[in-house]
Amino acid sequence: MIDLESIRLRIEASVAGAQVTLVPNDSPAAQPSLLVEGAHGLAIALFLRDDAELRFDYCSNATGVDWLDTELKVKVKQVVDGVEKEVEQVTKKPGYLETVYHLYSMEKRHGPLILRMRTRNRAGEAKLPSLTSVWRSCEFQEREIYDLYGIEFIGHPDLRRILMWDGFKDHPMRKDYVEPDDYEYEPTPHDEVLEKAKEHYPGS
Amino acid sequence: MDEGLRNELSKQGVFTTTLSDLYNWGRRSSVWPLQFGLACCAIEMIAASMARYDLARFGAEVFRPSPRQADLMIVAGTVTKKMAPQVVRLYNQMPEPKYVIAMGACAISGGPFKQGYNVLKGIDRYIPVDVHIPGCPPRPEALLHAFMTLQRKIDEQAMSGKARPRHLNPDAPSEFPVPQFGEHDLVPPKNEMVWETPVVTRNG
Repeated sequence: MIDLESIRLRIEASVAGAQVTLVPNDSPAAQPSLLVEGAHGLAIALFLRDDAELRFDYCSNATGVDWLDTELKVKVKQVVDGVEKEVEQVTKKPGYLETVYHLYSMEKRHGPLILRMRTRNRAGEAKLPSLTSVWRSCEFQEREIYDLYGIEFIGHPDLRRILMWDGFKDHPMRKDYVEPDDYEYEPTPHDEVLEKAKEHYPGS
Repeated sequence: MDEGLRNELSKQGVFTTTLSDLYNWGRRSSVWPLQFGLACCAIEMIAASMARYDLARFGAEVFRPSPRQADLMIVAGTVTKKMAPQVVRLYNQMPEPKYVIAMGACAISGGPFKQGYNVLKGIDRYIPVDVHIPGCPPRPEALLHAFMTLQRKIDEQAMSGKARPRHLNPDAPSEFPVPQFGEHDLVPPKNEMVWETPVVTRNG
């Protein structure tokens, strides 16, 4: 087993200015991960690959995640007109897009190490460094993430769509994707599809 | 000629037939399918053409690698929106008379991927389909049954008159518009000449 906390400390000691957060995982999978900033992503990836003890020489999987904007409601005591009241305070947390890399070491026979990088928000600043120059196997998978989530990979050698066609404008795996309404006929509609079917067949 | 007289004559060693019977017999006995598969249904199609199921019994063993030499297109598998224009183009390149068997749930309706963003909801939206086979995938027997159904259909085609098939009708189209890649979907999403939206009436 690899100790994530010690890897975290070693990264911070070796890569200047890097800040690494350990993301715990309470689910049955119990697979904690390391969250790194995009600015140091490439340097950290190089460190993980080339460090004599770690030698993460194989990236088995790269994928994307879309996290929506969230609202946090906290009850705060405030003094309003001299009377202390409980006021609900809503703090908005912007969502972000995330890439997840699963790293293994063929040489040392350990892994997986799960590496995460997050964009600042979901709209304009969806840019992250490409790790294709570190692990060649990321090339197609980063293209797929770009295609389906719209994350722009800085430094990718050939960033084109891979599954959808070139003129396609949307990113289908994002949660705000609106699919074309092209199923007029459904034998057994239910849930959302039933609502759409009702629009196509008023009075049925 | 009435059936009884024909039977009587055949007992006397006189073989009678009609030109259209002879013509249709010739056509249905050597239907050459186009050799292409799109997904797992293609495996069943291959099985149907091999020794155990032996599609050659029906005169259809010669899978042609070129659309110019084929009479039958077996759409065997999932037609993605990215693949749909190529399928229509292949169909356009086949000479008349030509037939289409839509094999499997995906080819007839999109199947389990119907509510996805990237799968065409049935190839019959763009080209005229003669026989639909349900199943996921259909067994080779189902393909044989579809093939026999197609042969029966060819047998019943008249050589003249209003009901004559497309290849004998100079006004009927032999080529169908190839959809273009749009920004959100294929343009147009269906060919109104071929695909009529089914009318559904629901009780309750």
